[in-house]
Amino acid sequence: MSLLHFAIIAPLLFACFIPFLFKRLNLIHTGWFVLGLSIILFIYFLRFLPDIQHGGIQETVNWIPSLGINFTAYVDGLGLLFALLITGIGSLVSLYSIYYLSKEKEDLGSFYVYLLMFMGAMLGVVLSDNLIVLYTFWELTSFSSFLLIGYWYHKKRSRYGAQKSMLITVFGGLAMLGGFLLLYLMTGSFSIREIISIADGIYGDPLFIPALILVLFGAFTKSAQFPFHIWLPDAMEAPTPVSAYLHSATMVKAGIYLVARLSPVFAEHGLWLWLVAGFGIFTLAWGSFNAVKQTDLKAILAFSTVSQLGLIMSLLGIGAAALHYDYLDDNLYMAATFAAVFHLINHATFKGSLFMVAGIVDHETGTRDIRRLGGLMQIMPVTFTIALIGTFSMAGLPPFNGFLSKEMFLAAMVNVLSLDIFNMETWSALFPVLAWVGSVFTFVYSMMLLFKTFTGTYQPEKLEKNPHEAPVGMLVSPIILGALVIVFGLFPNILSTSIIEPAANAISPALIDAGQSFSTHISFWHGLTPELYMTIGIVIVGAFLYVTLPKWERIYGLFPKKLALNHLYDQSLIRAESGSLSVTNSYMNGSIRTYMIYIFVSMVGILSFSIIQKNAFAFTTDGLAPMGLYEVVLGVIIAGASITILVAKSRLTSIIALGAIGYTVALFFVLFRAPDLVLTQLVIETISVALFLLAFYHLPKINRKEERMGFKLTNALVAAGVGVIVTVIAFSALSNRKFESIAQYYIENTAEKAGGLNMVNVILVDFRGFDTMFEIAVLGIAALGIYGMIKLRLSRREDT
Amino acid sequence: MRTNDIILQTVTKIVSFIILMFALHIFFAGHNNPGGGFVGGLLTSGAIVLLLLAYDIKSVANSLPIDFKIMVAVGLLFAVGTGVGSFLFDVPFLTHAFGEFTLPLLGKTHLHTAVLFDIGVYLVVVGSTLTIIQTIGEGE
Repeated sequence: MSLLHFAIIAPLLFACFIPFLFKRLNLIHTGWFVLGLSIILFIYFLRFLPDIQHGGIQETVNWIPSLGINFTAYVDGLGLLFALLITGIGSLVSLYSIYYLSKEKEDLGSFYVYLLMFMGAMLGVVLSDNLIVLYTFWELTSFSSFLLIGYWYHKKRSRYGAQKSMLITVFGGLAMLGGFLLLYLMTGSFSIREIISIADGIYGDPLFIPALILVLFGAFTKSAQFPFHIWLPDAMEAPTPVSAYLHSATMVKAGIYLVARLSPVFAEHGLWLWLVAGFGIFTLAWGSFNAVKQTDLKAILAFSTVSQLGLIMSLLGIGAAALHYDYLDDNLYMAATFAAVFHLINHATFKGSLFMVAGIVDHETGTRDIRRLGGLMQIMPVTFTIALIGTFSMAGLPPFNGFLSKEMFLAAMVNVLSLDIFNMETWSALFPVLAWVGSVFTFVYSMMLLFKTFTGTYQPEKLEKNPHEAPVGMLVSPIILGALVIVFGLFPNILSTSIIEPAANAISPALIDAGQSFSTHISFWHGLTPELYMTIGIVIVGAFLYVTLPKWERIYGLFPKKLALNHLYDQSLIRAESGSLSVTNSYMNGSIRTYMIYIFVSMVGILSFSIIQKNAFAFTTDGLAPMGLYEVVLGVIIAGASITILVAKSRLTSIIALGAIGYTVALFFVLFRAPDLVLTQLVIETISVALFLLAFYHLPKINRKEERMGFKLTNALVAAGVGVIVTVIAFSALSNRKFESIAQYYIENTAEKAGGLNMVNVILVDFRGFDTMFEIAVLGIAALGIYGMIKLRLSRREDT
Repeated sequence: MRTNDIILQTVTKIVSFIILMFALHIFFAGHNNPGGGFVGGLLTSGAIVLLLLAYDIKSVANSLPIDFKIMVAVGLLFAVGTGVGSFLFDVPFLTHAFGEFTLPLLGKTHLHTAVLFDIGVYLVVVGSTLTIIQTIGEGE
């Protein structure tokens, strides 16, 4: 086990100690320990930066070698980028949570256990090379996210949000597992790197398309792509540090990671490009359009996250087109991949800081509703500054880093117009249009977020607390993130060579293998390009829309509530519940008669089906013994007694008719020369008739009406069916005898080997004595059971 | 109301012994003629049921101080013990052995371990039947 493995599972191991630290060292806020661990891990992963310029580092620990499932940790540009995000933002969030969560009021032990579980799981997802290990960690992120969303479990909305996110992400996770298994079937390996190396061979496989779609289900549910984005706004019931960490910077990017990681496997196919880019761009427009109508700060941020994730997703989709052009110089689509990675980092910085700002506002004023907030600029100047940096970066304004990646995004979308593969020409115009519309709305909600909260009239009477600037500790993390926004904005090239290029190369290794390398230079001023005009248009139209917002806000009311995705989700849950309830109630009615009908009907159905299917019916009269007078007479008696049982008015008559059948059967045994059976049958029949009479005598006096059994057509049909099918089978079996009976052996050996002349008894006690042993055990159990039932009357004792 | 059932009781005294004898005969004849532990056991309990009908549960319990539940257990022990016993001779479970032996008094006798097994069957059958009948009879 290498240090790398230890680093990955270190948060999980450390989580075991959290409860002790929380209970024993309760003078120190538990978050400080978590902060220490995250910083150590961050520094540890930073040290990998020089190594990954020329490829990855791989370490393996055997887990289940016989199944090809091993914990292989693989660090390359992409994995390292995510690992740095996870540990870096993790440190800042831990620091923020120390001031956000009160030591006295909150159950910090659970909080940090869940948080560390999540951090370890997330590191495992991004650094695993084995698909099954990746899936294991993937589900662990779902579970820890479920626990964190439901952290305030006494709130109904928290439980609702936790359940919703669980259902949706686990649904996607299971679909993804299916995709992984299909990949294994095609390639015979669980290792991502091996699969990539033989990806060309599986391109035409019939399982390829199903695998692609299933894997995308996993990625889209986790990364909140349309229409699976509905869990993310409800996950905002989690504590704000959790929202900042999981639902903006890390977990929701796991789907992005998956798409980027498996791009070399699937990107060759046009469907991948269409689905990833198409859903991404639509999610961008849909998310930003819906963000404008929200009134809760965190809800705006949630929809904003959805939209930004769509942006990154669409860039990754367009980046897949790079594989179809075998030159790297001037490869426009490789730039899309580059932009995706760049925006991923930028989004983590500004969205993290904005969530923290929302948390501070909530913490200091007691509300997150923008209709009640306003005029906080003078009261919280530092928070305002951070919010300004974050929102302007989100809107894509210079000189912040969002501007750069948004420009690259728009450039990529414009380049789609020149794409000439997979019938892209027909619909390619949609991409720049949707991108532009989405960006306009992004601008509108960014401005809303900033100005409705911090400018305007100050309404202290609507606030629950007397607001003032947040404590320094709470401000440190957002200040660091805000500073990064500016630093990355002004000096983007410190990122480009160190981390973005290795990550982009990891996403498109096929091009790198061809001996080419990709490098780019991010510059603010890149000439008068179409994207610059688009940005100017965005600012102008966005500003106009923001100012006239009250005038056109009503269009959101026009959208039918019935068609809203949340409504559909809720309705489908309710329908599924009531549907399964009514289905269960319809067939589990508690009546034995019904269940017997099910059993007999399925028996008749299965048997007759297989007889017809196998053409098994046969009827021969060969080898039948001649029928004598006695057999006919006894048969008539049995038939008469059976009919008597059915039509008798009195139960007593039925019991006696049953006894008559039993004695006639004994006579049949006489005829068929079975003396042992005759003896036993006579005695047993006597005893059972006596027991029937006993039961008859003890029938309750009320409701004891002497009446004939009612006639029910279904019963008659089912009974007739069973009788006919059993008779048919008996005839067929008799006519289909394939082998001689083994009875000859017993006849020859009874006296010689077993020392007895009564063959029946010798078989019972000697040849097959084992059966007899358990039959007498059954008899003993029956006796003890009757004894127990009669003597032990707990319920009656309670009554008296 | 007590009825005078002197005739029934006197006949029972004689008949029950005849039935018992017949039951023992059926039991021992089982290996070579129709019969065996099962029917023998049922007939034996038939004899005891006759006693129960003629007298009452208490007097039968006094004259036959047997706990029939224990009888079931003993019978099962016999059956299982016969099976386990074959391990002593390094043969599979429930392997029987037989042979002719010359005993003091009885002279040349044919002995068979299957009889031990049949005794188990016999005891279980008698014990179970009588447990059932006794409990139901006392149940009121």
